[in-house]
Amino acid sequence: MAGSTLEIKNLHVSIEDKEILKGVNLTIKGGEFHAVMGPNGTGKSTLASAIMGHPKYEVTEGSVLLDGEDVLEMEVDERARAGLFLGMQYPSEISGVTTSDFLRSSINARREEGDEIPLMKFIKEMDSALDYLEIDKNMAQRYLNEGFSGGEKKRNEILQLMMIKPEIAILDEIDSGLDIDALKVVSKGINKLRDENFGCLIITHYQRLLNYITPDVVHVMMQGRVVKSGGPELAQRLEAEGYDWIKEELGIEDETIEQNA
Amino acid sequence: MTVETKLPYDKDYINQFSQDRSEPEWMQVLRLKALELADTLEMPKPDKTKIGKWNFSHFKHSAQGEKISSLDNLPVEIQDFLDKENKSENLLIQRNHSVAYASLSNELKDKGVIFTDIFTALNEHEDLVKRYYMKDAVSVDEHRLTALHAALMNGGVFVYVPKNVQLEVPLQVIFWQEDPELAMFNHVLVVADDNSSLTYVENYISNNNEKQTVANIVTEVVAHNNAKISFGAVDNFAEGTTTYINRRGVAYRDASIDWALGQMNDGNTVSENVTHLVGDNSNSNAKAVSVGRGKQTQNFTAKIVHFGKQSEGYILQHGVMKDSASTIFNGIGKIEHGASKSNAEQESRVLMLSEKARGDANPILLIDEDDVTAGHAASVGRVDPLQLYYLMSRGITQKEAERLIIHGFLAPVVSQLPIESVKEQLTQVIERKVY
Ligand SMILES: Nc1ncnc2c1ncn2[C@@H]1O[C@H](COP(=O)(O)OP(=O)(O)OP(=O)(O)O)[C@@H](O)[C@H]1O
Ligand SMILES: [Mg+2]
Repeated sequence: MAGSTLEIKNLHVSIEDKEILKGVNLTIKGGEFHAVMGPNGTGKSTLASAIMGHPKYEVTEGSVLLDGEDVLEMEVDERARAGLFLGMQYPSEISGVTTSDFLRSSINARREEGDEIPLMKFIKEMDSALDYLEIDKNMAQRYLNEGFSGGEKKRNEILQLMMIKPEIAILDEIDSGLDIDALKVVSKGINKLRDENFGCLIITHYQRLLNYITPDVVHVMMQGRVVKSGGPELAQRLEAEGYDWIKEELGIEDETIEQNA
Repeated sequence: MTVETKLPYDKDYINQFSQDRSEPEWMQVLRLKALELADTLEMPKPDKTKIGKWNFSHFKHSAQGEKISSLDNLPVEIQDFLDKENKSENLLIQRNHSVAYASLSNELKDKGVIFTDIFTALNEHEDLVKRYYMKDAVSVDEHRLTALHAALMNGGVFVYVPKNVQLEVPLQVIFWQEDPELAMFNHVLVVADDNSSLTYVENYISNNNEKQTVANIVTEVVAHNNAKISFGAVDNFAEGTTTYINRRGVAYRDASIDWALGQMNDGNTVSENVTHLVGDNSNSNAKAVSVGRGKQTQNFTAKIVHFGKQSEGYILQHGVMKDSASTIFNGIGKIEHGASKSNAEQESRVLMLSEKARGDANPILLIDEDDVTAGHAASVGRVDPLQLYYLMSRGITQKEAERLIIHGFLAPVVSQLPIESVKEQLTQVIERKVY
């Protein structure tokens, strides 16, 4: 059986009564890597947050389906257990909870009571993921994201991704704040998951990441909508020429979200 | 406003009590004088908490407890606290007012370490006890409760570590109030002589949910020059016990006293933890966590007073409030004139889990010297919805996510406790209290 399918249909999302997403349509299937690009403030993180169920975002119209199941009816944790994962642009710091304990809880949340992952097996898996991502082993015993550098937080998100192994992952600017070496390592981690059972939506500003993780489809967001989609060459053109040509092509003057756009 | 203080214990009773234990004369005199003072002194006035109607007079003063032939015969709930890693080689169990079990390794005995119940200490190490008992740390005449404590003291331990002796393994005391009506007027005296170091951990355990009684505990901790004391505690008196607990430290030059207090009583509680940084370059880390539940009212004071130059004091208080519990957290950093280059920091945080609970954090800095640094952070709030969202986005249920956040919030003390089993017990007590 080949992977899950995430369907986003005509999604409208508001935050504090301001409409940010104005009808987003996207379908991601297992085995596919999608990239979402777009200028600042055009709704990329809003899309990711609304899919995951961030408490501040209100869906006013449209639907999100995972293998036909209504995601919007689910609590945040149910969405995760159904197979969704969001690598956050700004992950929270949780004092007093070690990365290791948190990961173990996350994995056990997917298993039946009484069938928790054996501690040794967990440690082995975690150690090998830490090695793979070239993360210092001490980080697992540090409190989750507390005092982590920007790059460490991103690596930690990928560590979680690798250990949780979701069906569909959304990665929001997982490359921001990473140095070149870290970028390579993080890409290596994401690529390792690549198979027909894993679908991924990668939000990024930079072609650089897409040099390491070749997307099947590239989407451009403006004004709270997907305004253009294409192959990997679209990202290359954006890198070379910026967004102006798209705006011209589509007759857009202000790409950000205007109250009455 | 008068508070009912008529005690069923008078001069004759105290004389007899003291004689039965063959106490030195000065102790008997101190008790009688304290009893007189108790009549005239006022009750303490913890900031913003009225204790006028609390039960401080209804209790049973004396009861024996059976000896334990082997640790295996202890009830499981007590066994759970034992330091298995170190085979409990330095352990004292006080059951009601009797020493039920006492052990100290030969190695420590040979080095001159004293670790014994307070009555034995009064007989065998009279001079040492006399030198420190309610002298440099807590005074008899501070208020009615300290005076009552001195008059009625009925248990406790004495710890003395000689000069230059470093203890590698912790000393552990379990105070087990088995009799549900029995009052604990425990006196704990810990003295570390020059250049010595020790770790001490105590547990208070009782089960009197319905029966009313009192705990009036004074703990004095003295760290001489360059001594290092790490003091851990888990207080777990049941609902029926009204507690006044006063833990005070005095640190001389280059000395340090670190506190890790798990304040998990279920009854009304006034707890003060004060450290006097007397010597230059002395320091203290005072960390305390608590959980309030049911209808209990609690008042916690963490205070560090700087006298010595370059003294460092850091206070951390974290409290979780549920049901209609009400708690005041006072954090006081005081820098006396002359204590230049000192640093007083504090952090008080209260996590509210119910609408009806009340929690107040009062950070206070009293500074009488210019050349110092000081800071405080205080907050009262609910579980952060973004933290919950983050944890839940990994599949963790809301309940489990809240659990993780609460345990994390109380981790500063849990992680600090030096005995693995005590750490586990505190975690379980927190678990029981919060859920
Ligand atoms: N809490 C909020 N209150 C009001 N407006 C908000 C809030 N959060 C986001 N917005 C607005 O929603 C719009 C879209 O934000 P979003 O974070 O989705 O953009 P983005 O495309 O991810 O941008 P970036 O590339 O900078 O990350 C922005 O105009 C932003 O100011
Ligand atoms: Mg964004």
